[in-house]
Amino acid sequence: MSQILLQKEEGKEENMNGHEIFVFIEQTDGTIEDVSLEVLGKAREIADKLGGSVTAVLFGENVESLTGEVAKSGADLVLYGESSLLKDYTTEAYAKVFEAQIRKRKPDVLLIGATHNGASLAASLAIKLGSGLMAHVIDLEIESDTGKLLGSVPGFGGSIVSVCKCSKGDIEMATVRPGIFKQREPSTSRIGVIQRIEADLKPEDKKCKVLERSVKRTEELARTERVVVAGLGCRGELSLPKELAEDIGGSLGVSRPLADKGLVPKDKVVGSTGSSLNAKLAIVLGVSGAAHFSSGIRDVKTVIAINTDSNSQIFKLADYCVKGDLFEILPYLTAELESSSK
Amino acid sequence: MKSLVCMKVAPKVDQIKFDEVKKTIVREGVENEINEADKNALEAALSLKETHGGTVTVISMGPPSFEPYLRLAVSMGADDAILLSDRAFAAADTFATSRVLAQAIKKVGLFDLVFCGEASSDGSTEQVPSSIAEWLGVPQITYANNIKIEDSKVVGRRVITGGYEIIESQLPVLVSVELGANTPRFPDFRRKRWADKEFKLTVWNIQDLGLNPNDVGLLGSYTIVKELKSLPAPARKGEFVTGSPQEIAKKLAQVIKASA
Ligand SMILES: Cc1cc2nc3c(=O)[nH]c(=O)nc-3n(C[C@H](O)[C@H](O)[C@H](O)COP(=O)(O)OP(=O)(O)OC[C@H]3O[C@@H](n4cnc5c(N)ncnc54)[C@H](O)[C@@H]3O)c2cc1C
Ligand SMILES: Nc1ncnc2c1ncn2[C@@H]1O[C@H](COP(=O)(O)O)[C@@H](O)[C@H]1O
Repeated sequence: MSQILLQKEEGKEENMNGHEIFVFIEQTDGTIEDVSLEVLGKAREIADKLGGSVTAVLFGENVESLTGEVAKSGADLVLYGESSLLKDYTTEAYAKVFEAQIRKRKPDVLLIGATHNGASLAASLAIKLGSGLMAHVIDLEIESDTGKLLGSVPGFGGSIVSVCKCSKGDIEMATVRPGIFKQREPSTSRIGVIQRIEADLKPEDKKCKVLERSVKRTEELARTERVVVAGLGCRGELSLPKELAEDIGGSLGVSRPLADKGLVPKDKVVGSTGSSLNAKLAIVLGVSGAAHFSSGIRDVKTVIAINTDSNSQIFKLADYCVKGDLFEILPYLTAELESSSK
Repeated sequence: MKSLVCMKVAPKVDQIKFDEVKKTIVREGVENEINEADKNALEAALSLKETHGGTVTVISMGPPSFEPYLRLAVSMGADDAILLSDRAFAAADTFATSRVLAQAIKKVGLFDLVFCGEASSDGSTEQVPSSIAEWLGVPQITYANNIKIEDSKVVGRRVITGGYEIIESQLPVLVSVELGANTPRFPDFRRKRWADKEFKLTVWNIQDLGLNPNDVGLLGSYTIVKELKSLPAPARKGEFVTGSPQEIAKKLAQVIKASA
């Protein structure tokens, strides 16, 4: 431990290479968010390039048992703070203890997975610390002449990217879009230092109370090979799209309005506020192809689209286009697939 | 209940094009609209007002061309509207934007709720709401729907990874409203005439807000844009499959099998 700490303290002022990257490790009820480990993997890569170090920061009520996995996934140092007031994520309490740690150790960079909790935490910290913050970046690089972090920030639904950097403040910050970077294989040969930190909170610091939580983790759309995507053109009638998804051995995704109506869980949304698919095949039914949706099917290998409107934008984004009523075509398609699979 | 709604006017994103030579965004001829999620925020504020009484004030930072959209919000039911407009506010990142909005909220005075949308449709940073809460020193409930007042506390359903949580906060509080959380009402036609002709819009500039030019707009931003680029659209075949429904089904089944 002392070796890393010493290295850091000496490196800080004189040595440009003394980069310390902080990564927030988000956990809910003892489960670490995938994106946190993805960010950790990227931070490790950057730190190795710059000769710096990676510090993972974890808060919760009983989180010590999670620290080993974090160390194996790329952190040189794992700081964990425990308090019953940190059991549930609330921005006020988390931002307070996190700010204290940052002021104490003065890291150069802070990276946070762009979940809803992560985005709120990051935006609050940026104001507390007086620092720039790049929003849900889809790429991170180091600017060669300055050593500064360059983040690719998607805008306008994801079709246009601005390459940004932080121009003021003592720390450079970014939130990172889930599903972009790869998690590292946990390595048992990595020896990270694990250190408990003070989480100095009073009950008054916790201004919000979580009364109830319901989280169900399902198979991630981003990792599914074949996806049927239903849009508003399905008029809320999802039995045919579901049957088709089953027939092709895939899963069902939706455009955002269907999830907003409560017809399917939010984690089935495809697009800028949902998942980006990496599937081999996507069959897109009754979706118009709005900008916020389109970024979600960019990396799909083969796209089939069925839409009644021959001018629909979706046909510019598809390999096989069917101008027609999905309710007319799907019964034949499922019958065809079901008979040929016998 | 005294509510403020931070409302942005945004270009219709689907009309935006990118100039690959100049590396700039082409805004000419692009229509504007009230940012989608902010209509949901306004609706949430208006429906709370219906149950609990009080006032709803809309605040927007932007150029004078935003004015008709603020009047539209008034015709939907907002009691008052304030435009924060000054050349110095231009090209602000979320740090400077949230600072100006928070300063205006402080100038308005006491409030119970500040509403935002979860995201703007153009920038979509989702950072402005939490940043405003921080400047104001009030708690926040982000990505919320089903917002209710119970025993002078706010309770909302907050969307999180893989599900939701029910969260309660004391007042005053900042709430960012989930896109699609409700169905925004239409403007009231009689009210619209009044809003367009007689309603007096408040406009505040940098002096009115008592802010330093170094703290707003481009100068007051903490991030800078090095370059803009568009992500090239993936090459697609764009092949139309035609015939009777049966024939189409047969051809699609072949494509599906081939893609295994
Ligand atoms: C900040 C922000 C973030 C957003 N994020 C997302 C996101 O992540 N994902 C997302 O999807 N959207 C997102 N949206 C919404 C997005 O802008 C569009 O509104 C949405 O994608 C439209 O959904 P849709 O294509 O299903 O519906 P519509 O645009 O209404 O399209 C329905 C289509 O169905 C066709 N159709 C109708 N009947 C039939 C039939 N019988 N057979 C075949 N076709 C038929 C119609 O021709 C039409 O093209 C976001 C918006 C904002 C402002
Ligand atoms: N210029 C602005 N004027 C008023 N409100 C804004 C402005 N910019 C952002 N907001 C608010 O902040 C929310 C989130 O925006 P963003 O952080 O850009 O995604 C929006 O839905 C608005 O409620």
